[in-house]
Amino acid sequence: MLEVAISDPIFTIEVLVSGLLSGIMYSLVALGFALIFKASGVFNFAQGAFVLFAALTFVSFLEMALFGEGGGVWYFAVCFVITLAVMIGYGIAVERIVLRPLVNQPMIILFMATIGLNFFTEGFAQMLWGAEVHALDLGIPDVPWQEFGEATGIYLSVFELVTAGIAGVLVLGLALFFSKTRTGRALRAVSDDHQAAMSVGIPLQHIWAVTWAAAGIIALIAGMLWGAKLGVQFSLTLLALKALPVLIIGGVDSITGAIVGGLIVGASEKLAEVFIGPYFGGAIENWFPYALATVFLLFRPQGLFGEKIIERV
Amino acid sequence: MFYREAGQFKSSYAADQAIFPIKQDLWFIVGLLIVAVVVVPLVASEYILHSVLMPFLILSVAAMGLNILLGYCGQISLGTAGFMAVGAFAAYKLATAFPELPILLNFILAGGITAMVGVVFGLPSLRIKGFYLAVTTLGAHFFIEWVITHFGWFTNYSTSGVISAPPIDVFGIPIESAESRYVFTILIVIALAFLMKNMVRGSMGRAWMAVRDMDVAAEVIGIRLLPTKLLAFGVSSFYCGISGALYVFVYLGTVEPQGFEIARAFQVLFMVIIGGLGSVMGSFFGAAFIIMFPIVITNTAFLFGGVIRAEVLSNLELMIFGALIIFFLIVEPAGLARLWSIGKEKMRLWPFPH
Repeated sequence: MLEVAISDPIFTIEVLVSGLLSGIMYSLVALGFALIFKASGVFNFAQGAFVLFAALTFVSFLEMALFGEGGGVWYFAVCFVITLAVMIGYGIAVERIVLRPLVNQPMIILFMATIGLNFFTEGFAQMLWGAEVHALDLGIPDVPWQEFGEATGIYLSVFELVTAGIAGVLVLGLALFFSKTRTGRALRAVSDDHQAAMSVGIPLQHIWAVTWAAAGIIALIAGMLWGAKLGVQFSLTLLALKALPVLIIGGVDSITGAIVGGLIVGASEKLAEVFIGPYFGGAIENWFPYALATVFLLFRPQGLFGEKIIERV
Repeated sequence: MFYREAGQFKSSYAADQAIFPIKQDLWFIVGLLIVAVVVVPLVASEYILHSVLMPFLILSVAAMGLNILLGYCGQISLGTAGFMAVGAFAAYKLATAFPELPILLNFILAGGITAMVGVVFGLPSLRIKGFYLAVTTLGAHFFIEWVITHFGWFTNYSTSGVISAPPIDVFGIPIESAESRYVFTILIVIALAFLMKNMVRGSMGRAWMAVRDMDVAAEVIGIRLLPTKLLAFGVSSFYCGISGALYVFVYLGTVEPQGFEIARAFQVLFMVIIGGLGSVMGSFFGAAFIIMFPIVITNTAFLFGGVIRAEVLSNLELMIFGALIIFFLIVEPAGLARLWSIGKEKMRLWPFPH
């Protein structure tokens, strides 16, 4: 297959760009992880379940059509706000019920607690809204972009481009939030050192509640976009597993890292699948990102943009 | 009151270091084992033996394996199901390639192969820990699954990818009936539990625990990290491999590569957390709890006359499991094993206050 790559550069570029764009989608999930890790040092394994919960809640409200059929854009916005409220509430509840009693526990205990939270959320979401697959139409067509395609010969999906745009806006917003606002700076202080942050008067629990609520919001956006792409269904939770190598490559505590990691994972897994996969009987997409992440871990454990962890005796 | 230790003097170091220093404990365990090996197969129905006790025993082996790695050595692994698959398929390949190989030797070899695979995937553990390790072991799981599904050699080119274990016999006794399968499994489990108990009591286990508690300090007092961690990975994978081999050869008789999915790894992880990290006994408590719990829920729901739909039930199960994990981590991080030892302590004192 390598000769194809050389003889057909347009095809290679198409694969690369579609990989990059689907990588942005991974980044959206990874952002939720990175945000919580950055602010509270907890690795939230349940982010995938959050995505499912948010998407299910949103789509269910949308289908209920509370104010009659054809509510249009306004009803869409209402549903968005309701779901936003639900996710923020859920995030705060998680902080209060699960995280607060576990303050000062080793990281591995917190990690395992979020695995439990993952299962709870999966069950809760499906108990509330049922387990059938919902289609979600955001009004963005998943068709190639004709004008650009005709001009350059490279056909790109409009949907994926819009997704990339949304992810870009989200990242920009988060970056500004972390560097410019009071709460954002408090979040960074907390992630740096819990005790020091408390001693300068930062309300720790308030900050954590903000973080978990924000993770809920990101989960909603990721859930809406992924739901529109794949349908709102249980397999959305598996995204969390795909986001893990993204985080490792980008650095767990870095927002930029989540984006760049997503791009690397998306592009490399598509390229590997198309150009190397056939030599091994295909379907190497499933483990290739993990292999890549392991290599990264061996040479650069903190990831591309992560802060270096220095251990002293 | 239940425990009278008076008069039990230890006059040698060996007596002092016995696994059960108190006579009553020893008698209790011996009695329990006799009941489990002799009485249970005589009285229990085939349903109980095959559908409750067999999965319990086999998964408790996997739980012991993960407990060595996570509970004693502090290295988290999500590759348990992958390693079980390695054990299962290694045993299958050995049994079909060398049909005259005794089954016990086959299992040990399969465990050994799994141990080697585990050591390879444990290599990154020297540089990384915590959930980073969870990611690489998760990668190991997907990689193993992919290898087994995509290379026909592992399934002897069976078109469906499903393997069927050949019938087995031990020293000429065929292992066919539910009773014989049960007795065969429990004897292996007892041997493995005994082995594990002695490993974790010895220098090996102490080295693991030192690494778990603080790896830098362990290194300072002269424990070499790499061999210690890799040994934990090896031994842990050995147990997982045996568990997988038992799963195919003794429990189901047939398995497809997808039979060891990621949910299995989480199930075993839950067993270890609920049962008790760093406890041999805990592995069994956890396995019993996780196996019995869905059965109890289903039967309770049945009492309500089938009003609750199966779908709701499975979601409810997920929720309760999740909540229990969180509950145990918050309230009793040492798990059921800790409750057991608290209970024993209470019985020792009762009815006296001190």
